[in-house]
Amino acid sequence: MKRAYWFSMIMAIPLLTLGSLSFGDDDDDNFFKFWKRQPGIAPVTNVLYKEECGSCHFAYQPGWLPEQSWREMMSNLEDHFEDNAELSPANQKVILDYLVNNSADNADYRRSKKIMRSLGDASTPQRITEISYIKHEHDEIPAQLISKNDKVASLSHCDACHQDADKGSFSERQIKIPGHGKWDD
Amino acid sequence: MNKQRLLHVFILVLFAGLVLVNGQSHASVANDLITEYQQSGAQQPNPENARELWTQKFRYKKGENTRSCASCHTDNLRSTGKHVRTNKAIEPLSPSLNSERLTDAKKIEKWFKRNCKWTFGRECSPQEKSDFLSYILSH
Repeated sequence: MKRAYWFSMIMAIPLLTLGSLSFGDDDDDNFFKFWKRQPGIAPVTNVLYKEECGSCHFAYQPGWLPEQSWREMMSNLEDHFEDNAELSPANQKVILDYLVNNSADNADYRRSKKIMRSLGDASTPQRITEISYIKHEHDEIPAQLISKNDKVASLSHCDACHQDADKGSFSERQIKIPGHGKWDD
Repeated sequence: MNKQRLLHVFILVLFAGLVLVNGQSHASVANDLITEYQQSGAQQPNPENARELWTQKFRYKKGENTRSCASCHTDNLRSTGKHVRTNKAIEPLSPSLNSERLTDAKKIEKWFKRNCKWTFGRECSPQEKSDFLSYILSH
């Protein structure tokens, strides 16, 4: 009995370690995925991307821009919208691969498809906020609530109003504009 | 028996925690770097020089705008800062308020490179980095 007890204690170590890893798995490929509401855009899954890019700004999902836009952006990180965002060559490659594999033209998500439809074939925008689909979605909101609202300040701060932005969910029900409240179209 | 079992579970959790975290303290990581900088020519670190440089304003391009360390980190290492462009909150640099600060040498070098280039338009010298580390350690 005692031996069995100790045996289980020792076995618990690798099990605990493995267990905590498997919780992090992406369950999008789960058999029951059609039961769950799909987010509008693929949520960020790459830890390095979240850490390296998300430490300065909202970690924009790769599905907001086409592949060529990401390639262009990643080739000039030394002047990244007037900030220096240089990466080590190794990290740069991992992040570029992640962005390209999940870019708007390679993603099977509703909002990525809308982005691609609103862009012309040759268009490779650098700013998500300049894509006509994004502009159109926000065109009824007065400047007082976004650019002139101190707590928002810019359309590029997605998560200031979109409560579940980091989960890839941008539905209207999850909008809460600071100092204003819910947004009804 | 029950108490003993609880104790064993406690030890197990503690052990797992130690294995997972296994972090180095901020002082040892920073001091190792300071030693490295000295090997590449830096003198004794001087926190006073870093304190002065911290709020010194640097022009960029030809505009009227200026940049300093304090633009984002504020002039108090114990306060929460704010990224000037993105408004994202920046946790205090003070290791006594933020235990994650100065615990990862690679991260320290990465931010030195990015932030020195952004603020001063060039990389920092080993002496300056040494000064900054000692300045941050003193908070």
